[in-house]
Amino acid sequence: MIQVLSKEFNSFLNSLIAYVVMGVFLTAVGLLVWVFPETSVLDYGYADMDTLFSFGPYIFIFLVPAITMRSFAEEKKAGTMELLMTKPLTDWDILLGKFLASFLLVLLALVPTLIYYVSIYQLGNPVGNIDTAGVAGSYIGLTLLGSVFCAIGILASSLTRNQIVAFIVAAFLCFLFFSGFESLASLSVWSSYTLQIKQLGMLYHYDSLSKGLIDSRDVIYFLSVIFLLLSGTKLILGSRQW
Amino acid sequence: MSLQIKGLTKLYDQQRAVNNISVEIGKGEIVGFLGPNGAGKSTTMKIATGYIPPTEGQVIVGGFDVVETPMQVKMITGYLPEHNPLYLDLFVHEYLYFVGKVYGWKGDRLKSRVGEVVEMCGLTREQNKKIEALSKGYRQRVGLAQALIHDPAVLILDEPTSGLDPNQLVEIRKLISEVSKNKTVIFSTHIMQEVHALCDRVVVINKGEIVADDSLESLLKRNKTNSVVVEFSSPLSVALLASLPGVKDVQNTASSTYRIISEDHVDIRPEVFRLAADRNLSLVGLKQEESSLESIFQSLTNETVVQH
Repeated sequence: MIQVLSKEFNSFLNSLIAYVVMGVFLTAVGLLVWVFPETSVLDYGYADMDTLFSFGPYIFIFLVPAITMRSFAEEKKAGTMELLMTKPLTDWDILLGKFLASFLLVLLALVPTLIYYVSIYQLGNPVGNIDTAGVAGSYIGLTLLGSVFCAIGILASSLTRNQIVAFIVAAFLCFLFFSGFESLASLSVWSSYTLQIKQLGMLYHYDSLSKGLIDSRDVIYFLSVIFLLLSGTKLILGSRQW
Repeated sequence: MSLQIKGLTKLYDQQRAVNNISVEIGKGEIVGFLGPNGAGKSTTMKIATGYIPPTEGQVIVGGFDVVETPMQVKMITGYLPEHNPLYLDLFVHEYLYFVGKVYGWKGDRLKSRVGEVVEMCGLTREQNKKIEALSKGYRQRVGLAQALIHDPAVLILDEPTSGLDPNQLVEIRKLISEVSKNKTVIFSTHIMQEVHALCDRVVVINKGEIVADDSLESLLKRNKTNSVVVEFSSPLSVALLASLPGVKDVQNTASSTYRIISEDHVDIRPEVFRLAADRNLSLVGLKQEESSLESIFQSLTNETVVQH
């Protein structure tokens, strides 16, 4: 698993992918948090990082599928899948290696935003007037969200040998899982099940973590979604019919 | 390590790609797996390397069943898939290190092994290039190097020489025969000469079934045709040649050239010579026809074969 992980991660670093992903993410987030007047924290009046945590997921919806779209689709197209699968690696080794490599890249993109926390901490009046627990909870939420998106992306990539199809399917599923259930819940057809439908989506759990309260139910929700998605991918790989 | 294939069947939907084949390959043996395209060679190899599961039957490599203990089989098997897929964005040595690590090699042991394999496969000058920058022949060497990195006891090569130019062909064949010492090797091809150049035993497969499993020599012997081509300076009647004792058939292939097919175990050549001497005919050519490798292949697989 480690071998696949390091190979995948190296190939992110050796190609443009890693730099483009990090560059685009940090530029977009930087502009939103510090420059654009509608969302800028400088004009907002409150020392918090809501801008990052409310826009971050939407940027991820596009960026994470871009990271993961090649993972299996490219291997299948190039025929290197046969090479990997005839090596002494289990399907789990391959798929966890790829999943963790993508997740690591997402983390790497997220780390520089910690500077924002430090800056806003210093800018507060009095200094340090920021909801640290809320920020920590939000970071945990965003990290979990990123890892679910990675799992969705890997699943989509295992379905096809076409990277563009993988990207679109992944972006759609990310959107559906993130805020799609929230929107569905607002339909009046199933008004008596609104809460249950909301709870299926990630936004509900993400918001709950953002409040700074790490509820084990939310964490377990994210972890089980990841597990289900990866198990689905394992089934697809195991079928050898792609 | 031996390789046994027992009653192997593979169905793709309703199509039988491989139909109940059984082969046993002993330790240290080199076997050519021969057949036209689509005969089931690659399918058999993909099953033997644990890439796809068989529908029925089993493959046992070095005592391990491929379906039940795939990891053990993969550890002792080196595999070069058809079309030689490679990670083009990696450097040659980087790729070999990756494959070595997958097999659990590390540290100095891996380093010296990579050096060894690079030298063995003639990649010393190319090792710091990206794989995408290499020519087809060198890519094939990289493919072989990755199959050899863990010093496997069993080597499975799927069409290792397809698409190479004649010089590369000779080099890769030489390389294969060098690296296959003390290893059980099974390679597939649709070129008869390849088998001739590399090994003695050949398993011929057609439409998913084994049609021959023998040494090349006895295949040649078995398919021997008793035909002699004679050429005279001027035409003569076919009936005259047909009247010689032991002649089954005479064909007039060119104006004054004839193919005489005799009965088994009869050498017709002295008779032809005597006839020419008696009748005062000028005999300008007399040649016993050997059955060519291609004609054996054709007669076994009953398909037209591309000349190489």
